[in-house]
Amino acid sequence: MNRSDGRAGHISEIRVETPLQRFAADFLESRIAAVALSVLLGIIFIALFAPFISPTNPFDLAVVSVMDSRLPPGSESFDGVTFWLGTDGAGRDLLSSIFYGLRTSLGVGVASGLIAMLIGCSIGLTAAYFGGRTDTLIMRLVDIQLSFPAILVALMLVTILGKGVDKIIVALVIVQWAYYARTVRASALVERSREYVEAATCLALSHKRIVFRHLLPNCLPPLIVVATVQTAHAISLEATLSFLGIGLPTTEPSLGLLIANGFEYMLSGKYWISFFPGIALLVTIVSINLVGDQLRDVLNPRLQK
Amino acid sequence: MSVFILRRLLQSVAVLLIMSLIVFVGVNLIGDPVDMLINPEADQAEIARVIRDLGLDRPIHEQYWYFLVNALKGDLGKSFIFGEPALKLIVQRMPATLELAFVALFMAVVVGIPLGVYAGLTPESKISKAIMSASILGFSLPTFWVGLMMIMVFAVFLGWLPSTGRGETTSLFGIQVSFLTLDGLSHLVMPALNLALFKMSLVIRLSRAGTREVVHQDYIKFARAKGIRASRIVLVHVMKNIMIPVVTVLGLEFGGLIAFSVVTETVFAWPGMGKLLIDAILNLDRPIVVAYLMITVLLFVVINLIVDILYSILDPRVRLQDIRS
Repeated sequence: MNRSDGRAGHISEIRVETPLQRFAADFLESRIAAVALSVLLGIIFIALFAPFISPTNPFDLAVVSVMDSRLPPGSESFDGVTFWLGTDGAGRDLLSSIFYGLRTSLGVGVASGLIAMLIGCSIGLTAAYFGGRTDTLIMRLVDIQLSFPAILVALMLVTILGKGVDKIIVALVIVQWAYYARTVRASALVERSREYVEAATCLALSHKRIVFRHLLPNCLPPLIVVATVQTAHAISLEATLSFLGIGLPTTEPSLGLLIANGFEYMLSGKYWISFFPGIALLVTIVSINLVGDQLRDVLNPRLQK
Repeated sequence: MSVFILRRLLQSVAVLLIMSLIVFVGVNLIGDPVDMLINPEADQAEIARVIRDLGLDRPIHEQYWYFLVNALKGDLGKSFIFGEPALKLIVQRMPATLELAFVALFMAVVVGIPLGVYAGLTPESKISKAIMSASILGFSLPTFWVGLMMIMVFAVFLGWLPSTGRGETTSLFGIQVSFLTLDGLSHLVMPALNLALFKMSLVIRLSRAGTREVVHQDYIKFARAKGIRASRIVLVHVMKNIMIPVVTVLGLEFGGLIAFSVVTETVFAWPGMGKLLIDAILNLDRPIVVAYLMITVLLFVVINLIVDILYSILDPRVRLQDIRS
């Protein structure tokens, strides 16, 4: 008995780690990053299942009553529902509004991030792989765009395109693509001169296959880091635009709009209408940034032990 | 050197042309120019007259030419709301925005560099770690929300500072400024700090990274070996060497301050050109929007040009590389 136990222990010690396991272990080494990741997962859960876990439906006019407007946190409505975070100017439960707001904010941020990543990667890879004039032209374009701050580009686009969820996503995609293109190009340029690409070229594989099956997977680590940071930026930018009243329409209140709604009540001391949605926004952005920070450390081969 | 400046100048003109084309296409092709540029309350005769004036009945390439020529003459249309030339309105508000941006930049440097250098000199201390965590927070906090919270704490609950407007202004070389009167200063503190927070975090990170690199250099060791006072080593030898990246980045980021003041000005009702822009967008006062975009693009191109030239003076490698390519 004892002998077999000892052997089993020995075997498990030399067990080979898969890259994914090692990655997970490295990532969770930082306690802050682990907490940030679990908070982020919680937020994503809330965003996905907002209609099922919200105490009330803030869009259901039958439930919302103006009688309940601007109640402080913890007070009860006249039909017995407790508003843990208070209510806004129209009598909507703030906690439920925040759940729905997270859904909109995260949705817009992630959707625009994914589309921008797709477009930016394709363009960046094209630039790096073909080089020459294509590369010069694309990178000039990227440089020009990045010399203007994101908020200015976004303001310009929103003015031209107008309001609406789809238009905001288009604007955010145009704001972000250049960051992805630049990142992918930089790492693809390094990878392109490696032997495996030369080998693939010698095998007469098609351009498409070399770019997507050989180059792209090796450019992933920096891309993942940029994607997390950019998603946080996109969420923050969307909130800013919505706060300014030129982002999402009022029918789809994101966190930025909830905060803007509380602005007018702030001067009379009713802090909670702006305060709590802001905390939700802050926690979301901070946890994404912390996860991104840790990803950067884990994925950076120069820092690996 | 002159070849380099000439090339950069030509590039800047090209960027300006491209941006003017984008704004023009945005207003005239994607949107309906009649809708966008003519006051919706105008009657038929007025509409016909403005269409003729703006050349909207001409082919599109001629329209663009008109737009360019008018822009060069400084004519970017009249505001629907104020009935005055859009350009004049923007130039009137520019000093307020510039004052806010400069004070924010000053705050970012005065607070950011000492904190960053301290964190770089003692990377393991508790205070340094707190400074770095605060700088992460500074990057993550949405500017507009911090502004609201500042108003809540300092204006509503404590009642220390006013929450809106510019306060009393005095004339300095013919420009109205707030920072010379006590009342103006009290109005200026919160918006400027709000605008500065993000850049402050950036300066902290830059000067910390710079300091950590510099303290291991041989000339610092040599200075120590010579018995130079620690304070002198930090203030002269370290500072001099971290200033180059900090100054470059701040030069580039100054434009960002002006663009971001749109948000801060809206929160604090600061009467600058950013507030004018947001009001114009909300009121569909398009000539002002177009004029603002063109002015800021021009401002940015000029800032980038200046930074490029300064950088090439500081670092000859940039210049040589550019000429060779």
